[in-house]
Amino acid sequence: MTAADAAAAPRPVGRGLVRRLLRHRLFVTGSVLFGLMLVLALFADLLQVAAPERMHYRFRFEGPSWRFPLGTDNYGRDLWSRLAHGARLSLAIGFAVVVVTGIAGTTIGLLAGYFRRLDEPLMRVMDALMAFPAILLAIAIAAALGPSAVNAVIALSVVYTPRTARIVRSTVLVVREMEYVQAALAFGARHRWIILRHVLPNSLAPLIVQLTFIFAYAVLAESILSFLGVGPPPPTPTWGNMIAEGKDYLREAPLLALFPGLAVMITALGLNILGDGLRDVLDPRLRVQHD
Amino acid sequence: MGEFVLRRLLAAIPVLLIVTLISASIMQLVPGDPAAIIAGQGATDAEVAQVRSQLGLDRPFVVRLGEWYVGLAQGDLGFSLTLNRTVGQAILERVPVTLALSGVALLLTVLIGVPAGVLAALRPNSWVDQLVLTMALIGVSVPNFWLSLMLIVLFGVIVDWLPTGGYVPFMEDPVEWARSLVLPSISLALLQIGLLARITRATMLEVLRNDYVRTARAKGLPRTMVVGKHALKNVMIPVVTVIGISFGLLLSGSVVIETVYSIPGMGRLLATAIFSRDYPVIQGGLLVTAATLVLLNLVVDLLYAVLDPRVTYDRR
Repeated sequence: MTAADAAAAPRPVGRGLVRRLLRHRLFVTGSVLFGLMLVLALFADLLQVAAPERMHYRFRFEGPSWRFPLGTDNYGRDLWSRLAHGARLSLAIGFAVVVVTGIAGTTIGLLAGYFRRLDEPLMRVMDALMAFPAILLAIAIAAALGPSAVNAVIALSVVYTPRTARIVRSTVLVVREMEYVQAALAFGARHRWIILRHVLPNSLAPLIVQLTFIFAYAVLAESILSFLGVGPPPPTPTWGNMIAEGKDYLREAPLLALFPGLAVMITALGLNILGDGLRDVLDPRLRVQHD
Repeated sequence: MGEFVLRRLLAAIPVLLIVTLISASIMQLVPGDPAAIIAGQGATDAEVAQVRSQLGLDRPFVVRLGEWYVGLAQGDLGFSLTLNRTVGQAILERVPVTLALSGVALLLTVLIGVPAGVLAALRPNSWVDQLVLTMALIGVSVPNFWLSLMLIVLFGVIVDWLPTGGYVPFMEDPVEWARSLVLPSISLALLQIGLLARITRATMLEVLRNDYVRTARAKGLPRTMVVGKHALKNVMIPVVTVIGISFGLLLSGSVVIETVYSIPGMGRLLATAIFSRDYPVIQGGLLVTAATLVLLNLVVDLLYAVLDPRVTYDRR
């Protein structure tokens, strides 16, 4: 092994991390943006001014006012309260996708990277899944399974798992050839011990970065699925189905589609910036130059 | 080189086979009866059964899949359940529209993304740089269908300058054709512009640090010449990769954009087919799209060798 190989190895997640992160401008900016949306989701019940499903028929298409901070929709429902509750489902779906792809992608990536015999079959299936345009595959799966939050999570997880698996596999391939891993093998270490002790910790940094971006994609993609009518159905608000409902009133009330779209954008923006920051700190090899 | 192409094409076959299996299974193993959908609401059980046997849907899945592969080997993708034409015809009608849309979007991507990235890299941390980076981040974070809706409000409702939906074939009226593509291609390109600008900037920064750039400057060549000739050439290699990926993303994005703007392209064909459970169209369409992406990746790899003489695919 040469020095270049050692330099190519990812840095494990370690001490002093929090301090380095908090000093990083991108990470902090991203956290604040995403944090705002998280607060909206977590405290929707406290922040709402009316129940999100409550219809005020006399106040349809109201503009923003003290009573309705962002105005009301075609049923006279308070837009702000719906936005806050929409944050719940939209972020929950994004988070669920992150958890599922994290677990599935790591497992598949580890198996493919560590055990040569599994590499070909597993990665060919991953390649095939990645050969589909992402959104198209998600729509097909979600449409087939039927519109619901759980099915949206399944559809998006199938789409994004191969991307996670690829990243984990590529790290495993590097780590597996490291001298200390070869040495451990020579000393008779078990595969499971090597995977848990050496391979997994080294895969963690690129994985966390990738999952942050997947969170952003998933929130965006959920809004697309809901917009096309294959996400969680109304009346439970998600940002996507709010935009879909607002689409029919673009002339009369463009705000109905504007605000939920802005919410999606701020969330995705926050997560993307957060991901850039994490990457700079955790995995400097991949850094987009900032100097 | 020829051997490399052949090897790659052979390697693509199992991938595409799995693609067909996945697309077939997704639509088959789940609830929802196409015969009932095609027969229409209020059809009696007997009518639905008749439609089902007419369409051959009463035979086992494996048999139908087998027949589909036999057809495929003869270049026949089957007959649409809803469009009254062969899948091949339906796709051929739609492909030019999607190609036009993606082509214009790709053109916008390159024309804006590359110069923006270069400008940002020439003045790191300046306001230009910050602006480019911020716009790029926003570009990758905006839901494109929502951006489309907002553009429709802005240009169709408030100022009424551009058509907000529909498509006019080039042969019919080139001016209207161009006008009908403005908003959709902007909506489609924004994400790619952001990606491309970021990659161009990062690569340019790296290239500018190289010795040959310093040498070129030191021997008195003007900066524009150094950047335009020496540096840009080397920047093109990763940029071509991104353009390749972009085209794939554009195909993916066209599903949503074509639906929002009512453009009769491949994306809308597939979206409609998915909702009406038109299996043959879904399977044929997915196969054609996936095959395009696989081929595109191959073309990108080959372009490396053309752009960078150091890259060679021949076995030594």
